[in-house]
Amino acid sequence: MQELFDLANGFAVALTLPNLGFMLIGIVLGVLIGVLPGLGGANGVAILLPLTFSMNPTSAIIMLSCIYWGALFGGAITSILFNIPGEPWSVATTFDGFPMAQQGKAAQALTAAFTSSFVGALFAVLLITFLAPLLAKFALKFGPAEFFAVQLLTFCSFVGMSKEPPAKTIAAMMLGFALAAVGMDTVTGQLRMTWGFPELLKGFDFLIAVIGLFGIGEILLTMEEGLAFKGKSARISLGVVLQTWGELFRHWRLFIRSTLIGCWMGITPGGATPASFMSYGMARRMAKDPKGFGQGRIEGVVAPETAAHAAGTSALLPMLTLGIPGSPTAAVLLGGLLIWGLQPGPMLFVEQKDFVWGLIASMYLGNLVGLIVVLTTVPWWAAILRIPFAVIAPVIIAICAVGAYTVHSSMFDVWMMLVFGVFGYLFKKLKYPLAPLVLALVLGDMAESSFRQAMLLSQGSLGIFWANPLVGSLTALALLMLFWPLLGAVMGRLRGRPAAAA
Amino acid sequence: MSDSSESNGRPVGTRGFELTVAVFLQVVAVLVIVDSLRVGIDWADDGPRAGYFPFYIGLLLLGAASWVVFDCLRGWSKDKAFAQSDELMRVVAMAVPITVYVLAVGLIGIYVASAVLIAYFMVRYGKYRIVPVLGVSLGVPLILFLVFERWFLVPLPKGPLEALLGF
Repeated sequence: MQELFDLANGFAVALTLPNLGFMLIGIVLGVLIGVLPGLGGANGVAILLPLTFSMNPTSAIIMLSCIYWGALFGGAITSILFNIPGEPWSVATTFDGFPMAQQGKAAQALTAAFTSSFVGALFAVLLITFLAPLLAKFALKFGPAEFFAVQLLTFCSFVGMSKEPPAKTIAAMMLGFALAAVGMDTVTGQLRMTWGFPELLKGFDFLIAVIGLFGIGEILLTMEEGLAFKGKSARISLGVVLQTWGELFRHWRLFIRSTLIGCWMGITPGGATPASFMSYGMARRMAKDPKGFGQGRIEGVVAPETAAHAAGTSALLPMLTLGIPGSPTAAVLLGGLLIWGLQPGPMLFVEQKDFVWGLIASMYLGNLVGLIVVLTTVPWWAAILRIPFAVIAPVIIAICAVGAYTVHSSMFDVWMMLVFGVFGYLFKKLKYPLAPLVLALVLGDMAESSFRQAMLLSQGSLGIFWANPLVGSLTALALLMLFWPLLGAVMGRLRGRPAAAA
Repeated sequence: MSDSSESNGRPVGTRGFELTVAVFLQVVAVLVIVDSLRVGIDWADDGPRAGYFPFYIGLLLLGAASWVVFDCLRGWSKDKAFAQSDELMRVVAMAVPITVYVLAVGLIGIYVASAVLIAYFMVRYGKYRIVPVLGVSLGVPLILFLVFERWFLVPLPKGPLEALLGF
């Protein structure tokens, strides 16, 4: 019951007039970011982060997390009306959402998408409310070895669960770690890998990497595809909303299943994108008539949207309790916490109660505000989408440059943004995953210091990662995730051979 | 955007890009390893030296990148299309103005550079008339100026024009 008491306090923090205002601004900016190509949740938050340095941390994180919710909502609009996924996690929404719009049921599809997003997020927030304090209390017992094992698990699951080839996942991740190591070593104070360039003393900032990789990289990719926006228009009336809600009640099983998939993928660092695909696939496989999928089934909108929002929200659970973000956007938010001098992890729940519970309360409110905002303002967003790429692209480039410059007021960062942008394009084309790169860049210093502390404790013996059941099972799980594709291949071959012989 | 999405160029292979990126990663890995060896990868009196952790990162990066190189060389004859040549030209046609823009931001400030960039894109890809071009290309930097310099008090790079106006 302590949680409910804390939550009530949190609502008292979040429900002040300025915070509600920041929430609304955040949601509107978030939807805008979600709708525009090249500006996603991760780099949208990265660009706006420097603007919040002067705000108080609670208001700042409320606004930034609301940008994230808004971006999650906004991705659905472009997918359904324009068949263009504004965000990677809304790709699966296009499969059935766009056909629905073509059949003149755009309003139903949008209502279903927004409502599913809300339901998915709501369950994920409930999960955070009750699970986060427990997890934080549990994690208070963690030593450096346990922390490193959790981080190892995070990174190994990227190798095990991503669709990209393992070699490229590892390469992207290690590039992130290597970039994180550049600059001054926090323990010995020695300079590493600066090669005499004073610009490299500060190291590579992940905010610049995110803006370049996701922002400029995405613009280049959009240019290659030569997108022409030809969309449907939509207007949502109250009657359609109520009627669609009535219809959605019948799909409660689908909601539960998609939420579970989403929460699981969000907590383990699968992230929103694979969650949406998995949920869509499950919905199709479990349906009585799978053939109708892809031709405008409402379930095909509900499943990915619920899972994506549940994953996007629950990605904040490991970030708050363990200091390990479940998605690139959560990683950017974590970077923000560090800049405000808040150390994410179990101690946050003890030392910064107001902040944590204010944030959790704002998740409830933010999603509710978001649902109302998107349901009432869809026609405007659709109009923004009709602005041609020739206008949008240079504006986004300018905004990215401003965002990169304001992080440290340095021109060098703007050049780095450009370099990261070109690599973002190449990496995307060559199927190097970007999420592990960003996460490694954010977590690099933390992972290194917990590894070195663990090594200090054990005098250099790796045995410390098997020293007690807790750290041992974490390490074992990490190794299992790492070799998962290999195991899958071996099992497949074993199973395939008898079948081939028969 | 005036260009249609149909492609009529010839396909450009993936393997060249694949190999270049992987070799680049190998070079990065070697740089990391060399510098880790310089600062020391063993133990000092007070614990692991600064190169202790990055050294293994470098080794893993070298291993993973070499694996990609190996895969790429093994499948050298089976090449997939990276993109169509005209698509690639569009990307280059985008990358060049962005590079010029970044250069210009340092020289003449972000406001003037952004105005020129937006105007260039609107004329080049949108074939807009002079009035909307001037409206958007002057309006966006003005909004940026009001939001950053005035509202949030974050200074952005400025050039001779702003100096002339007294900022």
